[in-house]
Amino acid sequence: MDLAAIVAIDFVYAIATLALISLGLAIVFGMMRIINLAHGEFMVMGSYSATVAVHHGVNIWVAILIVAPLAVGVIGVILERLVIRHLYGRMVETMLATWGLSLFVVGILTMIFGDITEGVPTPLPGIAIGAYQTSGYSLFVIALTLATLFAVYVILRSSRLGLLARGTMQNADMAAALGTDTSRIYAITFAFGAALAGLAGGVLAPVSGVFPTIGGSYIGRAFITVISGGAAPLAGTASASLLFGVINQIATFLTNPVYGEVALLLAAIVLIRLLPQGITGRYFRGSL
Amino acid sequence: MTAVLRANAGLVVVGLIGVALMIVLPLALDLFELLQITLYAVFAILALSLAFIWGYGGILCFGHSAFFGLGAYAYAVAVINIGESTAPLLLAMLLPALLAAALGYFMFYARISDIYVGVITLTLTLIFYNCMNSTAGPAYHIGDALLGGFNGMPNIPSLNIPFMPDATLEPLGMFLLCSGLLLIVYFGLHGLLATRFGRVLVAIRENEQRVEFLGYDARLHKLVAFAIGGALAGLAGCLFVAWGNYVSPPVFSVVQSAQIIIWLMVGGSGTLLGPVLGAMAMSWLTVKIGTQQLVNASAILGAVLLVFVLVVPRGVAPMVTERLVPWLLSLRRPAAAPRDIAQEGKA
Repeated sequence: MDLAAIVAIDFVYAIATLALISLGLAIVFGMMRIINLAHGEFMVMGSYSATVAVHHGVNIWVAILIVAPLAVGVIGVILERLVIRHLYGRMVETMLATWGLSLFVVGILTMIFGDITEGVPTPLPGIAIGAYQTSGYSLFVIALTLATLFAVYVILRSSRLGLLARGTMQNADMAAALGTDTSRIYAITFAFGAALAGLAGGVLAPVSGVFPTIGGSYIGRAFITVISGGAAPLAGTASASLLFGVINQIATFLTNPVYGEVALLLAAIVLIRLLPQGITGRYFRGSL
Repeated sequence: MTAVLRANAGLVVVGLIGVALMIVLPLALDLFELLQITLYAVFAILALSLAFIWGYGGILCFGHSAFFGLGAYAYAVAVINIGESTAPLLLAMLLPALLAAALGYFMFYARISDIYVGVITLTLTLIFYNCMNSTAGPAYHIGDALLGGFNGMPNIPSLNIPFMPDATLEPLGMFLLCSGLLLIVYFGLHGLLATRFGRVLVAIRENEQRVEFLGYDARLHKLVAFAIGGALAGLAGCLFVAWGNYVSPPVFSVVQSAQIIIWLMVGGSGTLLGPVLGAMAMSWLTVKIGTQQLVNASAILGAVLLVFVLVVPRGVAPMVTERLVPWLLSLRRPAAAPRDIAQEGKA
């Protein structure tokens, strides 16, 4: 029974991390049709902001939950103005430019912090379930992911900004004709996606360790989760994370984490062959 | 004869310069520089393989290093087991071609869109990279060849003259082979693009639907082109391993894929000469950056890609042939009517 609880926590944790790292990418892709290949580096910048803040004596919760998303959100605004803005509507060019951006950020981070692994201490102790021990921080990550998904849903569904963003997403020309400053909406949406990436980076920093090239290990998984999820950012991310998280964990239990990830990637290839429009292209149509 | 030569003046000039360089460079350069140039030639072949499927076939392959790496590992494993390099060389082209064909069947016959092709190819390299990284230890071997995981495979035999295992190629032989193959691939692709198949392929890039309405099978054309590109990338991988006698998982890495795309973006992806020059210039630049400590190589490569996408999205070669050359001609003959030199495929 205790073992079952531990295994269940592992499964939910895998699904939650997948959703957490994909959400920012999904917002930007779903709303703006932009695939941001520098998403992994946005996360790393979040991790580094949190790390630096902690090393300067900032409370760790503040560093993870406020400093990281804020810093990366600001960087997102700047990059949107400098780079992304000039490439709207040209998907392939955007992918190439953000790929260049990702290499650039990795290089800069290596120059600043060096090619070493920085650490942030895990702020929560372990929790005992019967005879087994599990990480309290995993439970925190799960709770935070659920809270973030809910918050994003509420913002998109109920706030005035969310309404404008959804309107712009559906028909940018019409929204502009009705007096919405679509270029500002795009900038805010991109910054919002970047802030979510920063949050994910900050939250995962104590778990994964922080080094300049770790973004590469996130981007593959985040990328295919978003693409397989399809056009609807929330429903797509949630359903694809659920599917891939379960597949990943089953394969990990049967073999090892490496083949777990390989199974995830293979499943994604098969899924795209079966559902070329992603999961939300077939099911949950019209959802958020 | 003269008419043919005149019509292909650009190609003839490139061929003459290429052959001249093959003769002059070994005499003019010392051994170290010759080895470097050999590597640039290998990378140029790799760039051509992607230029063919991306620039002419319109297939956005984001994971071209999968074929490069598979060719590299196929050669390494086979040559260690066989001890003679003829069959391994062919195998290093055959395996990536088969993989590309299988993947192409999956992608093109499903009619998935460009972005998804990018995702699937990128995913493929990630799979290879993860798998090869985890093969450390004596349990992972194919025949006599230990795969070595993240440590890579050292002491891989070089190429030898076909069916003469003892006649290993010296650096000079390797240089002549690689630069010769580069010329063969370059002119071979030019020839291929001039055939009916090549013309249909370019037409598919321009408008796939219209080509299908005209009765051509776009899926099959793309699949064959993809397989050819895979085989050429495998050839480059094989030469790369034979050059350095070493292979490790980073040949599959995303950075390696990005590098090939950077060569294309810098040179000009709609041409064949552009990617060759782009590969050589960028490889040279990478080596130069590596010798100094001030700026990280990755930062410069990223910045170059970023700037080219934003400022020179079609690369340097089309800029030269379409802007610079007409401008120079107009300087010489101010009264002449503007000539249309911008013929794709002649550069």
